[in-house]
Formats: sequence, C-alpha cells, structure tokens
Amino acid sequence: MAEPLLEIRGLKTHFSTDDGVVQAVDGVDISIGRGETLGVVGESGCGKTVTALSVLKLIAMPPGKIVAGQILYQGRDLAPLSTAEMDRIRAKDIAMVFQEPMTSLNPVYTIGEQIAEVLRRHEGLSRKAALDKTVEMLRLVQIPNPDKRVGDYPHQFSGGMRQRVMIAMALSCSPKLLIADEPTTALDVTIQAQILELLQDMKSRFGMAIMLITHAMGVVAETAQRVVVMYAGKVIEEAPVERLFADPKHPYTQGLIRSIPRIDTAATRKARLEAIPGVVPSLLNPPPGCRFAARCKFAMPKCREAVPPLLDVGGGHRVACVLYQPEMAA
Amino acid sequence: MSEPLLRVKDLTKNFKVGGGFLSRNAAVVHAVDNVSFDIQPGETLGLVGESGSGKSTTGRCILRLIEPTGGEIWFEGRNVAELGAAAFRALSRDMQIIFQDPFASLNPRMTVGAIIGEALTIHGLAPSKQAYADRVVQLLETVGLQPDHMRRYPHEFSGGQRQRIGIARALAVEPKLIVCDEPVSALDVSIQAQVINLLEDLQAKFGLTYLFIAHDLSVVEHISRRVAVMYLGRIVEIASARDLYATPLHPYTEALLSAVPVTDPKARRKRIVLQGEVPSPINPPSGCHFHTRCPIRQLPLCSSEIPPLEQKRDGHWAACHLRS
Repeated sequence: MAEPLLEIRGLKTHFSTDDGVVQAVDGVDISIGRGETLGVVGESGCGKTVTALSVLKLIAMPPGKIVAGQILYQGRDLAPLSTAEMDRIRAKDIAMVFQEPMTSLNPVYTIGEQIAEVLRRHEGLSRKAALDKTVEMLRLVQIPNPDKRVGDYPHQFSGGMRQRVMIAMALSCSPKLLIADEPTTALDVTIQAQILELLQDMKSRFGMAIMLITHAMGVVAETAQRVVVMYAGKVIEEAPVERLFADPKHPYTQGLIRSIPRIDTAATRKARLEAIPGVVPSLLNPPPGCRFAARCKFAMPKCREAVPPLLDVGGGHRVACVLYQPEMAA
Repeated sequence: MSEPLLRVKDLTKNFKVGGGFLSRNAAVVHAVDNVSFDIQPGETLGLVGESGSGKSTTGRCILRLIEPTGGEIWFEGRNVAELGAAAFRALSRDMQIIFQDPFASLNPRMTVGAIIGEALTIHGLAPSKQAYADRVVQLLETVGLQPDHMRRYPHEFSGGQRQRIGIARALAVEPKLIVCDEPVSALDVSIQAQVINLLEDLQAKFGLTYLFIAHDLSVVEHISRRVAVMYLGRIVEIASARDLYATPLHPYTEALLSAVPVTDPKARRKRIVLQGEVPSPINPPSGCHFHTRCPIRQLPLCSSEIPPLEQKRDGHWAACHLRS
C-alpha cells in the first residue's frame, strides 16, 4: 500500500475516574488510505468513538488522556500538537459527523450561521462568500430550497435533514478525511438509506477517505472497503470487507455476524440466533490476556496469559487470536 | 381458523396538539387510524414501521395505557375498550408489556425483587412471604438471572440484564399476551440475540402470544409468524413473515425491505431509495398516505381514494390500488 493518509499506531487513550483508570482505547493500530472507506465496528464501549475523537483530539482532557501512541496524518504526528495547531487540521483536513444530529448543532444559531462560521474561520471567506458557499453546500446535500432553509434553526429540520446539514458542514472545507461516527444510528431505515447514498455520492464528488464508525454490520457490509473490528479497547480483526464477512476468523467477529438475524436468506433458513454469552468486560480492570476470553467458546489457558498480537493471515487479513498463531497451526 | 386471542377492530387514536388551553383550533394527530388485526393464541405478530407510524401507540391502546379514541379490542371474547376499572384490572393479568428502554422502565429506587414481585401482591398471587420469595427466585431463574439479584437495584445491571428483569416482571402474573414494544432496539447485537432467544424459549415454554413491535425488519422477520407493516397510522400490508419478505405487495414494504442493509458485501443490491421523509401525521396526505413518496403512484386515483386493506392472495392483505 502507498503511504496511508492516516496511520494510528499503538494509540492508548485512558480516562481517570473516581474508581480508577478506564482503558477505553488500549493499543490500537488503524490505517486509512487516500479515498478509502474504512468501517470500524464494535459494540458499545469498545472504544471506536474514543479512537475517532482521539484523532481530532476532541477528548475532554482531563479526565481523558492520550497516554501513548502516534496519530500520523500524512506522516505528521498529531498527538503532540497544540490546540491552535490542531485547529488548522480540523475541518480542512479531517472533519467529523456525529451520531446525534439533534445535539451536535447549536440550537440558537441558524444552520447557515453555523456552516458559514466554519468557512470564515477555516477558509477565511468574507461574510458574503461564506453565505454563497453555504447555500451551495446545502444544495449539494439535497436540502430543498437551500436559499430559504439557510436561515432556519436546527429545530426546524427533521433528523435526516439535520444529518444532511452536518454532512454539508463537515464537507464545506473539502477535508481529505471524513470521520462519520454512527451517522445513521438515530435515523429510520429509509432515511438511513438516503444518508448512506448521500455519503457515497459526496465521496465520489470530493474523493475524501471515510472512516465510518458503526455498530451495524449491515451498514459496513454495504459501504466499506475494509473493516476493523474492535472489542474492549482493542482491534481484534481487520480485513477487506468481502473476506471479513465470507471468512471471519476471530471468534468474536464470527459471533457478531451470526448473532444478527438476516432478511436476505431468512425465507429459506430459520435458525436460532447464535448469541454470544456474557457481557463486555469492564475496562476499569480489564482481564489480562485476550479480553474476549471470558465469552469465547474456544478459550484455553493460554488466552488468559498474554494479549495475542494482531497477526497477518494473508490477503490483508489480520487477526488477534491465539488460534491463528503459527505455533498453534503447526 | 380458531378463535383469535386478540382481535383489534378499527382501532383509532387521535391526539390533540398545539392550541393553548383556551384555544378551540387545536390540531389533531391521527396516530392510529382504523387499524384492525387478529392474533391467534401462541402466535407472534410483528408490527413494523418507522418513527411516527403509530405502532407503539397501537400496542399501548391494546393495554389501555393510552385510552383509544375509537374501535374495539376483543380479548378472549370480551371488549377490553368497554370494561370498567375493576374488570379491566382483572383482565390486565392476562396482558403484559415489555418496554423499549431498560433504563427508564425500571424504578431505580426499588430492588429487583420488589419490581418483579409488585404485580404478585397487586393481583394477590402470593399467599405467603415464602411463596412470594420462591416465585421471585423462580422468575429470576426463568429469565437467566441469579436468585441473589433480587436484593440489588436496577443500576447495578447492564442493559441486557435489565431487559431480562423487565421480562421477569411481565411473566410474574402468568400472562397470555405480551406486547413487546421495541424490546431489543436499545441493546448491542450480541446481547440482542440473547434476549431474542430468551423470548423464543419463553414462548415455547409457556405458550405465550406476542405482539412484537419493532422498527428493525430483520429482527421482526426472525421472531414473527405474521407481520403487519404500518405507515402513518394505517396498516398497509399484513401477511405471513415468509410471504411478506419474499413477495412484498405494497410499494412501501418493498422500499422498506430494500433499505435494510444486509451483512453480505457481495449482495449490494439495488436499493429503492424513497425520496423525501414521512409526512406529518397532523396533516397526512389525502387518499393513500404513501402516494407522496410512492414510486409507482397513479394520480389522481392514489391521492383521492383511500385504498382498502384487501386480501390480495391467500392470507396476504395489502392496501394498494395498483397491486393485485
């Protein structure tokens, strides 16, 4: 692969709480190529959102802290940058769309003011030029009557329309990387289809890379080229999308895919869902070794001794599980 | 066909909104608009639809948690909508509900034992303290929790465990019908599968009948024998789960199904992306509510006449002028 656009190396983001240190992200390696769509999947608390927020350094510090690792954006490490330096990266190079379109827009400003603020601040546009560009962006994300709607407040938009506004805002400075954190989770399925289509459309127009964070395996299967699966603060598997769904290696990924009811094959086959027993471990004092061991049906004593490294099993498929370590295979 | 356990006929619920307290011109939301369906004993009927389709209101009207504006709700031959308070209370033993939000539906100041046991006391089902304690322990074990959990409080449990507590509470009075109102939509997928499997096991064990309300079509398909699709307060299609998913008749059902992402990257199918959003239920479109977004509409027919819910094929009902 050519030099990646973004390369996260050994990232550890921890939070200090009254009860101790929560190791929310604990040694994560993720890379994204130019123009690539990378899916990051995992359940609540797996660290996928904290990873994304760490990239943009939007973690509240304290209590949060990036304790280790590098965040290389076009070869430059973002981790040690000051707030002012980060400000030049945000929006113009890396932009973000959040899950909750209700709470991520400011209710007391019109959406036009909010998008124009980004343009004036980061692109140095005049008031007039920023307004024109804002209307153009709203038209691009298919908001009807953009020259009128630009003066409306967030509460005057539906959930799907607000998410379009968020996308217009994020793309207004033509970033090279768009981080979309659960962009369709709060939306109905027909609106979700519209937003996913819009993201694809915007990608072909602007050519940016997308880091799509979601818990929905279906969304990843339909949009991503490569997928990273996270569990309890660590990456446990990574593969091109076809490989991941055709041949999942990690017992957690296998369980995750099999625990979802499918409508495409449902008419022919009605099987009991394969549930993963137990719950996600606390990240306050995570167990030593593989963090999935307590829920894994293949667990052996070795799993609880050391954290299995993420190893290549061929074809860009990497997995962190003792089952695939060379000495096991031999 | 045998006598249905529940027969809902022309159920209607209007909410007044807006207007002040002296205002005469408050708007009316037609949340549920002439909805009719049957549920056979031991069957699961899935009720799907997007936000604002009226599926939750329908479920709540059946239990009279919301008083219906009109229509009939027949449960084992009695019209629930007309019963007096005392008679309804007795009947409520047979009908229970599981709520969506496992964080908001359990009283944080009650122990799990008290939450599950409350209904036992209300309905006089526990003659002695010992019988009460035994029953609570039995219920906890039925839903896969530990007996010592009865002394703990809801905040000590995860989302999936809380949903199990909600299920145990519903089971306490040995109901015949359980309305499951989005019981798994707040849960992570691996936990969701645990709860779905539990609901299926309980149905087999106790012969329960479910009205399963959800927006997730894959989950509904998995658990239901028959499925009804709602759009803006009306049922637009109702059929066996197999027929509905294999050969949807209503264009809304078609679009809804095609919008569900599937976990097979090779099957990137042709998606029917509906334009626009669900219109406001305050002023729903005339005729067929769906005509404003329908890819196959024919005007003026679709905008002037309400399509009746008709049996188009054996056991397959749809409300569309154009599909037969």
